[in-house]
Amino acid sequence: MSEHIDAAMAMEVISLSDREMLRSSLSTTLVKDGDHLAAFNTAFEVFFSIRSWESAEQLMGEPDGDEVGQEGASGASGPGQSRGEGGGASSSLSAQELADLLFRALRDGDRTALRRAAGEAVDRYAGIEPGRPVGGTYYLYRTLRNLDLENLERRLSEGTVEQLGDSLVERLARDEARSRIEALKAEVEREIRERLVEDRGAEALAKSVRKPLPEDLDVMHANREEMAQLERALRPLSRKLAVRLARRRRRRRRGPVDLRHTVRRSLSTGGVPIDLRFKPPHPAKPEIFVIADISGSVASFARFTLHLVHAISSQFSKVRSFVFVDGLDEVSRLFDGVDDPAEAVARINAEADVIAFDGHSDYGRALVSFHERFAQDVTRRATVLILGDARNNYHQAHAEVIADLKYRAKAVYWLNPEPASYWNSGDSIIGQYAGYCDRVIECRTLRQLEAFVGELA
Amino acid sequence: MSALDPRVELAQRLGLDEVPPVRFESPADVLTRLANHDYLSDDSIASVTFLADRLAKPILVEGPAGTGKTALAKAVADSIGARLIRLQCYEGLDESKALYEWNYRKQLLRIQAGRPEGSGSEDWSHLEEDIFGEEFLLTRPLLEAISATDPVVLLIDEVDRVELETEALLLEILSEYQVSIPELGTVRAKQIPMVFLTSNNTRELSEALKRRCLYLYVGYPSVERERDIILARVPGISTTLAEQIAQVVRSLRTLDLKKAPSVAETLDWARTLVVLGREEIGAQDAAATLHILLKYQTDIERATKDLLGRAKSVA
Repeated sequence: MSEHIDAAMAMEVISLSDREMLRSSLSTTLVKDGDHLAAFNTAFEVFFSIRSWESAEQLMGEPDGDEVGQEGASGASGPGQSRGEGGGASSSLSAQELADLLFRALRDGDRTALRRAAGEAVDRYAGIEPGRPVGGTYYLYRTLRNLDLENLERRLSEGTVEQLGDSLVERLARDEARSRIEALKAEVEREIRERLVEDRGAEALAKSVRKPLPEDLDVMHANREEMAQLERALRPLSRKLAVRLARRRRRRRRGPVDLRHTVRRSLSTGGVPIDLRFKPPHPAKPEIFVIADISGSVASFARFTLHLVHAISSQFSKVRSFVFVDGLDEVSRLFDGVDDPAEAVARINAEADVIAFDGHSDYGRALVSFHERFAQDVTRRATVLILGDARNNYHQAHAEVIADLKYRAKAVYWLNPEPASYWNSGDSIIGQYAGYCDRVIECRTLRQLEAFVGELA
Repeated sequence: MSALDPRVELAQRLGLDEVPPVRFESPADVLTRLANHDYLSDDSIASVTFLADRLAKPILVEGPAGTGKTALAKAVADSIGARLIRLQCYEGLDESKALYEWNYRKQLLRIQAGRPEGSGSEDWSHLEEDIFGEEFLLTRPLLEAISATDPVVLLIDEVDRVELETEALLLEILSEYQVSIPELGTVRAKQIPMVFLTSNNTRELSEALKRRCLYLYVGYPSVERERDIILARVPGISTTLAEQIAQVVRSLRTLDLKKAPSVAETLDWARTLVVLGREEIGAQDAAATLHILLKYQTDIERATKDLLGRAKSVA
């Protein structure tokens, strides 16, 4: 609430005709987390699109922005009409001319020219149909496919390199070209979004472009791009978690009186121990056994959890990791002496020997095998984490193994990346195991995962 | 100005005789004045700084290490001719280091000095009043910023390092510009200081703190801005070299490194190349001086391989 008041107050002191100023004022008062800025910017583009801005300026009779303004005004006058006009305008340019226009705009780094060229490209290739409820990505894909960006990129990087031979100079030119192409993509995306705003209205579009934050993405159903986002989000997440836990441990209740230190301090008060000193605490660190299903759909979830647990391994006295599909293998050694858990996690798939028969998950077999080989290591200090959806392909459950582990260990937790409503449907037998676990936790997003791991330490 | 003007309101609350004049005319004014003090800002930095002054609110600056968060506070202080008061946060920072502390040695001396003359009880009450006077107060950065009469900029550096509980110490200052001292009463600001908080985002700051601040994210600069920063800060560098340096650094930041090069390190590298008398970077020079930009051996190896397209030569 107080953020809204701040935003309103900011509106009082700025000049509202300055779009960039409006953007920064709103973002500084309303957004308080760097990771959320991208979401804010998308929303801002939807509600304060450049086109609507320009047409508003025209209405106010602003003298500048003559030619660009006209484009905006005609665009705003109605979706059907703008479509017709757009089609007419683009026919005057051949594909080759358009490519040249783009190339020149990119080469000279001319923003207005780039905007116009992107507009032309969208006119020509996107084929936006009014009222059709498809996402902007579809049009984006259609436009970009027709633009032959690879060719453009090549021309750009060749155009700027004078003396070949130096690998660094070449590389820089390539990176420069790539970043300009990225700028073009962003421009095209913006252009498409603005047209969709015209077509469907800002409210409707705002709904469809709303994306969950990376930490709220469903790990099991993430597409490739979202997966990359998750990977990126994981590293700072684990770092933050490690810092927080280390602090909490240090701050926890103080230990016994430190006699040496107390006597030393008492000298300044004439030998009277006024100021008691305490030894730093030594809370017991738990041992962790992670047993993870790495078959198919739950594999990514297992990877994230292993990454997170090992990232904070300094908070545990020992972490041992096991992965299985229908056979089980210990992978703790992969994490030994590796600074970055991500590297070790990446090696698991290649190096772990987890397939005994047909490569379909068999929880029963894996658990029995764990029990035979490692059960004697599970003591009262150990916490066992089992990761998986308990989809057992109708094999035997062998739930008695879990019962025995619970008897031996301090606690047994089961993390299930499926939504709780799917549990026990089909071949999911989580119910048979649940009775023997201390807790079965639905863990679908990084946020839930982080909360759980934080509790553990 | 309407009655809603936060500066007027705050001045009334603090009991100031007059509303302090605004420091910046417009965002463009911020831009030019910071540039005069060799700090190249961008649109968002300039407009947030402008707003912070107008709304009399602190700015929380967040972003990766070495992107000029602290430098921003310094440059603002320079450009408005104010004194910079800096509170470096660390784990275990407490009230007596951040706000104020009673100078108990001096208090003891005062008590002992008073002893020989009388031993009556009325003397004690007099003494008690006396030893909790401002004379015996050691001001720490926060109190100093509040009680200063000359213009000051308060910089609370790396606020994410203090514990969550300690953050609460800051809240009164940030929203009310005052400090309550139980024995003395409330000390109100004599002017409206500009306040900057910086954070490297090692942990989430509390909602209460974020709510009281304007938020500014300072990321790595664009190639153009970084080039201009190099040109402004490194004397005698050619435009082509600055441009190339900025491009190399951008490429490095896209690699998956343990620690991406900061602006400060970029400047160090630029200075090195100038001292070496280079007009352009070749792969050879880059390989030989990469250790100035990158601080991990694995990073250097990776960058050499990826950027220069060969295994690391004998450096």
